[in-house]
Amino acid sequence: MIENQTVSFTVNGTVRSGEAEPRMLLADFLRDRLQLTGTHVGCEHGVCGACTVICNGEAVRSCLMFAVQADGAEIRTIEGLADGAEMHPLQKLFSEHRALQCGFCTPGMLMTAIDLVHSNPNLTSDDVRTGMSAALCRCTGYEGIVNAVEAYARQVYGRGAGEGEGNG
Amino acid sequence: MKPAPFTHLAPTSIPEALAMLGEHAPDARVLAGGQSLVPMMNFRLARPAVLIDLNRVPDLAYIRDNGDVLAIGAMTRERTIENSELVHDAAPLIHQATIHIGHLPIRSRGTIGGSIANADPAAEYPAAVLALDCILVASSVRGNRRIAAADFFDGVLSTTLEPDEILTEIIVPKLPPLSGSAFVEIARRHGDFALAGVAAQITLDGDNVSDVRLAACGVGPAPMRLVTAEAAIRAGGPTGDAFDDAARAAAAEVDPDGDVHATAAYRRRLAGVMTRRALAKATEQARRAS
Repeated sequence: MIENQTVSFTVNGTVRSGEAEPRMLLADFLRDRLQLTGTHVGCEHGVCGACTVICNGEAVRSCLMFAVQADGAEIRTIEGLADGAEMHPLQKLFSEHRALQCGFCTPGMLMTAIDLVHSNPNLTSDDVRTGMSAALCRCTGYEGIVNAVEAYARQVYGRGAGEGEGNG
Repeated sequence: MKPAPFTHLAPTSIPEALAMLGEHAPDARVLAGGQSLVPMMNFRLARPAVLIDLNRVPDLAYIRDNGDVLAIGAMTRERTIENSELVHDAAPLIHQATIHIGHLPIRSRGTIGGSIANADPAAEYPAAVLALDCILVASSVRGNRRIAAADFFDGVLSTTLEPDEILTEIIVPKLPPLSGSAFVEIARRHGDFALAGVAAQITLDGDNVSDVRLAACGVGPAPMRLVTAEAAIRAGGPTGDAFDDAARAAAAEVDPDGDVHATAAYRRRLAGVMTRRALAKATEQARRAS
């Protein structure tokens, strides 16, 4: 019998802990142990991007990490974006640009975009398209998503994506 | 699906990891970035009894400038390599291969050692290290062993690593003067595994070629050096005609299988096209360096 381990990490600024078998995926730990069900589970093999969270500052697939591997880490999930009732600027832009329809992929889209934009001050339009291809949407189409992420990059850097078109 | 149960071991040093693998091989698997092994475990295509997780071994993550070569620790993340100016400048083919790997969240976790030891026939790093004649350092409780990349890959997801060995370091020769490199591939969607990809590095000597290295991925059970295509370039020089000859030679010497993504004939054709493109790009870079 393989015993449970206690896993403890910071999620959205708060230290949380729970019991996990070694085989428990980080995505399932977030959803089932911590009731953070905003992180969605789609393909469970790293392709669709729905489960993307930020781990120690970088976007990762939470279906390809075991919860025990996140012990001591700093995790940010979709629940950590809004400030109370006030949506995060990227969430507002997704709404304004009609960048979601059914919403299943949206948490992964947002966490992917946060890392993409904040890790590259020289983001071009091509970079946004390439970068956001890390997450799949099966209903709304990608134009709105790309437009929202480009608008967010302009907000963050006061210029950028869209103006660097063709350099990517 | 979810993985089958396993015992998770998390060593914090290289000797500890080697001792654990020495004890638990062959029932153990070594976990690097997990971007290939964990999907296989989720699908229960892999069911290791013991997982030896290298993610808490800091001594396996580094990029060192050792004079004529770069030494890259096996647990160095693809994202770290992508952002390394040292790799970009001294071993540009490794940089060029990296940006074709998966997507950013995959490269956040994926490692160079994991990709090479996993030996997926369509993966980029195996073709790049084969083209460059990199040395792969295998470690076990019995000691270290240096394996030439040409002797490392042994078919689909198979290498010449012994069950108790961990790939610990990749030794990459630096780009010589008057040289250029390129990694080109075609995939159905950005970030997918390549239907066919070619790594090229060329060194010019005036109007002649003093060295050319070509390796392909996705067109056989393991990455392969395109030796007859290389011979065509050595004979014909850095010219369009020689590139065409090399493309034909490459298409003839690869051994692709057809699958749901592409037929064998299409992959064979792509191998030629990728060879030509890679040669043209690498030569252009070499001329710029001249």
